Formats: sequence, C-alpha cells, structure tokens
Amino acid sequence: MEKFALHKGLVAPLDRANIDTDAIIPKQFLKSIKRSGFGVNLFDAWRFLDVGQPGVSINQRRPNPNFILNEPRYQGASILLARKNFGCGSSREHAPWALADYGFKAVIAPSFGEIFFNNSLKNGLLPIVLSGIEVDALFHDVLGFPGFQLIVDLENQRVVTETNGKSFNFQIDPFRKHCLLNGLDDIGLTLERVDEIKKFEEQHKLNQPWLFS
Amino acid sequence: MLKTLYDKLWDSHVVRTEDDGTGLIYIDRHLIHEVTSPQAYEGLKLAKRRPWRVESIVATADHNTPTTDWDKGIEDPISKLQVDTLDQNIKEYGSKAYFPFLDSRQGIVHVIGPEQGATLPGMTVVCGDSHTSTHGALACLAHGIGTSEVEHVLATQCLVQKKMKNMLVRVEGQLGAGVSAKDIALALIGKIGTAGGTGYAIEFAGSVIESLSVEGRMTLCNMAIEAGARAGMIAVDQVTIDYLHGRTFAPKGDLWDQAVSYWRSLRSDPGAIFDLMVTLNGSELIPQVTWGTSPEMVVGIDGRVPDPEHEKDPSKREGIEQALKYMGLEPNTLLTEVEIDKVFIGSCTNSRIEDIRIAAKVVAGKRVAPNVQLAMVVPGSGLVKTQAEQEGLDKIFIAAGFEWRQPGCSMCLAMNNDRLEAGERCASTSNRNFEGRQGAGGRTHLVSPAMAASAAVNGTFVDVREIITD
Repeated sequence: MEKFALHKGLVAPLDRANIDTDAIIPKQFLKSIKRSGFGVNLFDAWRFLDVGQPGVSINQRRPNPNFILNEPRYQGASILLARKNFGCGSSREHAPWALADYGFKAVIAPSFGEIFFNNSLKNGLLPIVLSGIEVDALFHDVLGFPGFQLIVDLENQRVVTETNGKSFNFQIDPFRKHCLLNGLDDIGLTLERVDEIKKFEEQHKLNQPWLFS
Repeated sequence: MLKTLYDKLWDSHVVRTEDDGTGLIYIDRHLIHEVTSPQAYEGLKLAKRRPWRVESIVATADHNTPTTDWDKGIEDPISKLQVDTLDQNIKEYGSKAYFPFLDSRQGIVHVIGPEQGATLPGMTVVCGDSHTSTHGALACLAHGIGTSEVEHVLATQCLVQKKMKNMLVRVEGQLGAGVSAKDIALALIGKIGTAGGTGYAIEFAGSVIESLSVEGRMTLCNMAIEAGARAGMIAVDQVTIDYLHGRTFAPKGDLWDQAVSYWRSLRSDPGAIFDLMVTLNGSELIPQVTWGTSPEMVVGIDGRVPDPEHEKDPSKREGIEQALKYMGLEPNTLLTEVEIDKVFIGSCTNSRIEDIRIAAKVVAGKRVAPNVQLAMVVPGSGLVKTQAEQEGLDKIFIAAGFEWRQPGCSMCLAMNNDRLEAGERCASTSNRNFEGRQGAGGRTHLVSPAMAASAAVNGTFVDVREIITD
C-alpha cells in the first residue's frame, strides 16, 4: 500500500444518502479476477446512459451529462463528498478499488457502511467521518465555489479548506492511521504475532476440540 | 461480569488486544466463493505465503453459476474464468470441503455452510460476502469481510477487528399465519433504518425468535446487514441442537456431547447490558413489501406508496422522489394495485426448504397470472432441491407455470443470466432492492416467499393472509 501523504485535491459532491456498493461498481464488473481497472466503471449505471459491459472501452460509451462526476468542473476530483451510510450493502472490495482507481484519495460522509469502511482503509482510500452539519457546510462550499479544494491532513486528523482555512477534525483508529501513514501491509504486521497465534490456537483446540476434528 | 452472547463469542477468540482496544481475532471457519477470493489467492501467491489452516476452508461456486442448462457448462467466458480460478486455487492450496459447480451438494455458500454442519455454534465465521451474518442463526459470530481480509485470514487465520457494540432486538408475541421471519427483518429495517445497526452486533431474542425454525432464524440474521449490522445472532436452544445433529461436519460421539454441553452456554447472561434495545410486537406484524430502492423503504401490505409531499425533511423527500421515479410508482398507490412482471423465489435469504414449502403451499392448484412473464424458484443448494423434489414440490411449481431451476445466487444479484430487464418489476424473496441490483433498470420489491408466491398467482401484490389461514 502507498503511504498516505498530505493530500490536496478537488472535491466532487454526490448529494445522495445510502449510496450502496452495487451503485459504486455494478455486479457485471465483479467477474474480473484482477484488482485493477475498475475505475472506468465507477458508478457505471449513473455515469453512462448505455448499460456497461466488462471490456468495453470508455470511448464507446455514452456519458450521462446530468451525472455530477461528468461535469467539466469536477474533472480530476480526488475527494468525494457524500451523504450518510455511504458504501452500504455488499462487501465487494471492488468498490474501494474502483474509487481509488478512478483517482479518489478520500471520501467524506457523515457515516459509512462498515465493511466498505474497512475495505477502504486497506486500499489507501481514506474514509472521513464528519458531522452532518459539517458535511452540509462542505456541500454548500463545493457547490458555491468552482474549483473548491480541500487539504486532507491525516497526520493531524483534519480536513482544511484551501480558500478560507476552515478546519474540520476527524477521528481514526491509531492503528489504522499508523498503517496508512506508513503504507504498512496488515498481513505482515499480524505475522509478527505468529507465536501468539499459535499459542492461542493450541489452547483453542483444547477448549473446543470439535472445531479441529 | 455479565456477558452478552456477542461478548462471549468475542472473548473466546481474542488472540491479543492492542492499547486502543483493537483485537486480533482467531477465525474458525472461512467460507470461500469465486467472486471475492481470486485477488486474495493472488496476493497470497505474490507474497509467497501459504494458507494458515486449510481445514478451516469450505468453498463453493455460487454467484456466477447458471441455473439452467448445466450440461452446457458456464457459457460466459469471464464467469467461467472466475469459477475455474476458484477450482485451481482450491486444488493448489486445499480445503476441508469444496462443492464445485455441478456437484450435487453445491449451492449458495450461506445455505450449504449450515446444511453441511460446517458452521457450528461458538465459531467465528467469515466470508467475502456481506450476507455471512446468516450463520449467526447458529449462535456463531459471523460476518462479511472484504477481499484484503480474505487474504489476511488465509495467511494468518486472524482478523484485526474493533469490538462492536451490543444491540438486542426483542420480538415478543406470536406471528400470525402467513407472517414470517422475512417480515420481521423488513419491519425491523423499516423501524431502525439501513444504518440503524451500524457499529452493532445484533442479537435477536424473544418468544417469536424462539418459535422460529433455524431456517427462519437464518433469514432474519441474513438481513442484519441490511439494517447496517455486520453480524446478527441468536442464542443456542434445543432447536439449534436438533438442527445440527447428524449433519456431515457436525461433531460425532463423545465430541458431540462435549460440544453440546459447551453450546448450551452460548446465550446472553440474564441481566447482561446491551448498548441498545429495540422491541417489536410479533403479534401485530403483517406481511411487508418494499416500495423503494433501499430495504428501509417498506410498508405493510395494507399500505400505500408514500407521498413525498408529506415528508418535511428535504433530503428524505428527495430520496423518496428519486426512488419513486426509479421504481415507476405514483405516490399513494395501494401496494395491492402494483402489477408485477417477474417473480424470484431464491437467494441466501429465502431459498431453504421451508421457504420452498410455504411458497408451494400458496401456489398449489393455481396458475401464474397472465401478466407475470417469468416466475422462478431457485433452490439454495443441490440438497434443498433434491429434498423439495422428493416432497413433490417441484411438480406443484411446474404445474402452476413456474420454472424450477438449478441452485445458485441467481437473480438476487444477477451475475449470471438470470436478471430483470430495464423497467421490469419483480416480487423477490432476496435481500436488496438497490437500483440495478437485479439487472440494470430492474425494479425490485422485497417480500417473503409466501408473498412472492401469492403475487405470482395474483399478478399484483396481495395479502397472503387471505390465502394462508392456518
């Protein structure tokens, strides 16, 4: 995983609650056995007027001019602003893969689907929980000021507006923060505990032998 | 200290706890399917790692598999590659059990786990699939994980987790005829919303829960995730133990007795503290139908499609308007006036034998309504299908004009050829009515098997209590 450095980027607003992972990346694209290449089909059913199929070039598609991410002013956006319960539903990690592949580094919302939240952290995509009022304020700013950018400062756990220096603090587990800042592989860290896992496993086997029969 | 069922399951699997409360949790059962595992095995291979304990792995192919023409194999080459990749990975790395495409025991991973006795009380169970919550019906800690976590469990047999909060959903009273676990699940989500359970493990309890079969309990725990909770669970009782006895991978002999004696402790201590309690009166529940594009958009069958004009909160009003537009519904329409085009009885929510029995009871001697273009039953597993056929249920469906299919996930998420076309309206026993879930532009109404069956023969939604009276 890449280190999550201080990030400054253009913000795109997606003003909708309960955006599920089926909407983020529809099922026909889950047939891939790769981790990459999902960005072209991010929000496929909303972004395009034709029904997307795996392997079809983006040049042959008909973009939906009414979808916010297709507006010229949001091209190159790297921070997505959304409403509550973003990423609910299916556990597909293809959702954060698609968001990251498209170019997003962070998603800001009042709440997230839990599995999506975990999956994002493992892919260097930072899910940031701000209060409903703070998210409202950001929607107001991003709609009002073309080119609106935010600075995501993970080290200091805050989001800062570039224009007027407004700052919003956010919470994150110290362990997750450490992994993101240093680009650490979760599995490698857990494998440093091999002896403890083995010890637990031996005891577990004694306690519930039928689980190992 | 008094513990909840979830506390007990958590505590018995903690390998270590970090200062910030993060736990390293040992995983007993790892269920694998073809969609969320290939990248995990690839990662394992690239890092030159081996699975920690292949005996924990039970695998099947279910999402991409066709439900017709099995003699032709999997025709879609991309789907076939994914299923073949699972075959290869299991062959290369091993498993406790593998039920590949065409095996007589193949089926939806959340149906076959319990059916084989491969999920047991007291276990931690994970799968790269959000409906892993299903298995909590057997008093285990079961939840969905992403592909990175699949790889993590393969490599370390553990997961890094934050402990969830405890929620108790108590359902007291007695369900009326024609009202089922699915209606409890939908009514609960209608009450607390799709994010109501976020951050919680839900335990279901109360006289109604105790009266449910294990199949019904699975339906309920299955949809905990639709209430935002990764895990749902139900305490062990005699129903649980009777269900497991004699199943293929359930313990035998002395180990069985030892296990049962431990399993009986898997219930919340009387007086244990829950962070949140929700109660439902089971006696007042009526059959539920969703009208929108989120499972929380649900009403009783006597209800009407809501009118956004009556919603004061602007963002909720916009949500209702968007949903009605997508669903092609007018405000204030009676649900019993909504005509349907297709019927899907299946999915990890409702494809077990009791679901198929109740649907067969409703359609027996009747015909699918002329406006319904396709009504299909997709059993949850090969074993469910065989049992239903032994009971003659397939003949009832076929005589009524239903299609009787091979097992798999099918039109719940439409990764295979079973799908809705744009604008088609479906009465579905599945779990998600999201936009496009059952096919781009498709319109899904979530209902119980009895309600789907009655809609099939009636052509519109109908109160199944008019048909089932005992």
